Amino acid sequence: MIPKSGNRFSDKIMLKQEDRAVENLRGFGMKKILTSLALIGLVAIGTGAAGTGATAAEEAHNAAAPTHFPIDEPKEMDWSFTGPFGTYDKAQLQRGLKVYKEVCSACHSMNLVAFRTLSDLGYSEAQIKTLSAEYTIHDGPNDAGDMFDRPGKPSDYFPAPFANEAAAAASNGGAAPPDMSLLAKARGIERGFPQFVFDIFTQYDAGGPDYIHSLLTGYDQTPPAGMVIPEGTHYNPYFMSGVSLKMPKPLSDGQVTYDDGAPQTIDQYSRDVSAFLAWAAEPHMEDRKKTGFRVLVFLLLFGALVYLTKRKVWEGVAH
Amino acid sequence: MSEGHSTYTPKTGLGRWFDARMPLPRLVYDSFIAYPVPRNLNYAWTFGGILAIMLVAQILTGIVLAMHYTADTNLAFGSVEKIMRDVNSGWLLRYMHSNGASFFFVAVYIHIFRGLYYGSYKAPRELLWILGCIIYLLMMATGFMGYVLPWGQMSFWGATVITGFFSAIPLVGDWIQQLLLGGFAVDNPTLNRFFALHYLLPFMIAGVVVLHVWALHVVGQSNPTGIEVKSKTDTVAFTPYATIKDAFGMIVFLFFFAYFVFYLPNYLGHPDNYIVANPLKTPAHIVPEWYFLPFYAILRAITFNVGPINSKLGGVLCMFGAIVMLFLVPWLDTSKVRSAVYRPWYKLFFWLFVADAILLGWLGSQPAEGSYVFMAQMATLVYFAFFLVALPVLGLIETPRRLPNSITEAVLEKNKGGGGHPSGATAAPETKG
Amino acid sequence: MSATDTQDPNRRDFLYVATGMAAVVGAGAFAWPFIDQMRPDASTLALASVEVDVASLTPGMSLIVKWRGKPVVVRNRTEQEMKDGEAVNLADLKDPIARNANLPSDAPATDANRTTPGKEAWMVMVQVCTHLGCIPLGQEGDFGGWFCPCHGSQYDTAGRIRKGPAPENMAVPVFKFISDTKILIG
Repeated sequence: MIPKSGNRFSDKIMLKQEDRAVENLRGFGMKKILTSLALIGLVAIGTGAAGTGATAAEEAHNAAAPTHFPIDEPKEMDWSFTGPFGTYDKAQLQRGLKVYKEVCSACHSMNLVAFRTLSDLGYSEAQIKTLSAEYTIHDGPNDAGDMFDRPGKPSDYFPAPFANEAAAAASNGGAAPPDMSLLAKARGIERGFPQFVFDIFTQYDAGGPDYIHSLLTGYDQTPPAGMVIPEGTHYNPYFMSGVSLKMPKPLSDGQVTYDDGAPQTIDQYSRDVSAFLAWAAEPHMEDRKKTGFRVLVFLLLFGALVYLTKRKVWEGVAH
Repeated sequence: MSEGHSTYTPKTGLGRWFDARMPLPRLVYDSFIAYPVPRNLNYAWTFGGILAIMLVAQILTGIVLAMHYTADTNLAFGSVEKIMRDVNSGWLLRYMHSNGASFFFVAVYIHIFRGLYYGSYKAPRELLWILGCIIYLLMMATGFMGYVLPWGQMSFWGATVITGFFSAIPLVGDWIQQLLLGGFAVDNPTLNRFFALHYLLPFMIAGVVVLHVWALHVVGQSNPTGIEVKSKTDTVAFTPYATIKDAFGMIVFLFFFAYFVFYLPNYLGHPDNYIVANPLKTPAHIVPEWYFLPFYAILRAITFNVGPINSKLGGVLCMFGAIVMLFLVPWLDTSKVRSAVYRPWYKLFFWLFVADAILLGWLGSQPAEGSYVFMAQMATLVYFAFFLVALPVLGLIETPRRLPNSITEAVLEKNKGGGGHPSGATAAPETKG
Repeated sequence: MSATDTQDPNRRDFLYVATGMAAVVGAGAFAWPFIDQMRPDASTLALASVEVDVASLTPGMSLIVKWRGKPVVVRNRTEQEMKDGEAVNLADLKDPIARNANLPSDAPATDANRTTPGKEAWMVMVQVCTHLGCIPLGQEGDFGGWFCPCHGSQYDTAGRIRKGPAPENMAVPVFKFISDTKILIG
């Protein structure tokens, strides 16, 4: 580690020498902001390299006892909803909902999502009514003061599989399965320098879905020799906070029947449910990006007009 | 600059009637229309106006969010999600508010660095500078308490860590911490008072902004040359010249702001804050909002005891000391020349300081382990050395370049040689000192 | 400025006007979300309909349900009440319009028009006085209908205003019988 930071300092020294060379070439006056900016950039890159270098070295040393998680970075997938004009693929969301209903919902709640919002997935009002009526909602008290069960209505929310968090934890080996409403926004792996700078320009906003997809497809791998996997947990190199997690491999090929001919594979299930969770976490994303495009175009035009006005106003005034 | 005599002459009878009773139109005219500004201000000077609209935008979005928000530990998280999902345009208002805080800080940092670069804090603008520092402090308090309100994991643990600073104070620390929290840990009383204060502080900021602008209008704007205004030819009227330039600066700034609000609304946030607060489970990496990261790095850099001061208290002292430095700048800088344009060595150290601040920010986001700790210690040293060594010493040993006689002369010289370059600062006369 | 005046005043004026208009449009668009957020939100609108089981209501009994935050009375009227309602001459009514959301807005306020075809015994009505929003008391007052204790408005057995400061008949919401014993309001 120490030689690494040593490198950083020699970078700095080299930089100063370079700086001086530039000065000698162009004279003292040419030392401008740009040179200084380059200096900042180089120092930052130098440190970044030192940092990542250090991490890489550590992991090579301890394949069996890693200290940084996840062991493997999430794979970046192609999603229909990323980018400035991204939209949700309704067929995919419907398949994702099916996976959630038939698999995930056995343990994971989705407390913040109401049946009525499923119209975003392309369902009609009648379909939503039928779908919500499949669920039993605990309601009450009625006039007699008793709680009662009734079929769900579109204004209801997805009922939770467990009565409360303690019950959820008790049924799942001590770890309560997280609520899925916001999972796609509540997960994400630190992108690191300089990736996080590029992300601004590529508008990378699929950290959660990428993570969920990688995690769901990351089971069935053999842990490195010598790695200790705690009892009752399952090795997954994509898990963000350890070598293994309590959730066993949830999906298997052919487990959920698709009506639209999409492949019935773990990979496809994982993509679909990740996309569905992206929608569940950010239902107004399409609206947001559409509005954003209009706002940016307006600001561009308005900015051009103001700039021309500014030039007119300042015309003939030296400044 | 505003020499106390007003050129406002109401044209209508009603105008004269009003002026004799409450000269508000006169105040507006003198402050925002006829007010003379140096003609050579560059776009770095538009950030004052940008900050003003950001404050107004934050207050407006904040007030409407408060119409839907519930400050109760059981309901807060859900009420924010209701805003995001069900309230009409709620997602837009909330993203504008949360990203608005970040862009408020972007603007204030550019504004502060502008002041440092051009020596805007030097006499007679010390009080103006200190009022600005007070605004910055209030902004930090507001930003911190606002981040607690969604009641996510980062909210809760951020509040726990930051109120923990006060427990470092010897003897009375624990008492003060309990006073702030209203309990032994962050809980419902904390959330309620933070909401009340988060609503109050922006109006206090607005109050101090009024003082800041008042002080500015007494001493007048500084400018890229750092030379005081000497004659009328050095200035132009605020309206239309400065207003239209400010307007353009604002639109460019809003463009970047909108880019984040609409395309990367969660980029500057942290995923953990979409998990409801759990007092029994700390997230793996607690990081504050990005605008606190340099100070957070300084806090963690002190890992050693110094005499009777243990590392915890030392970290807190260093962190607050880092902010105190800003207050002392007018007296730490011994140079008679204001602008870095004419100070070759100060310019170099200024950019090193900027780089150091960015480095500290990055270190603040990294786990406090291994080589990062040593780097943070070095960067902290550089941070304090800039204020305590570079600023006083450079003023004594540095030979500044030749200063132009007036702003007008500087402008004319630049236009003669510089062609069509819009930025006034860098192309100043270059006589090696 | 004076130098530019001679150059091309039309182009300059056009630029200023265009910039000003763009600013106004921008300000308007910016203001909209702030107004928009005040409207009822999606979860409120989703609760806009309720189902009522009226199997237990024998003639002369009422029940009250909350619909959109307001009380809606469902009354199984007695023979006498229906007769009283039908006997009223339309010319005697203060408000001759049915105020029934299921009918055209100019339908006359006959007893039948205040109910739904085939279920004339059933009054379904927002039990809120059209004067200033108080809740009238049922089966009181000079007309055997509803009486508002706040300011003395009197309604008949079909909920039509007959006397007092209220200007309109009490509103009949959108509703329908989805079976013989179930009403869907909203």
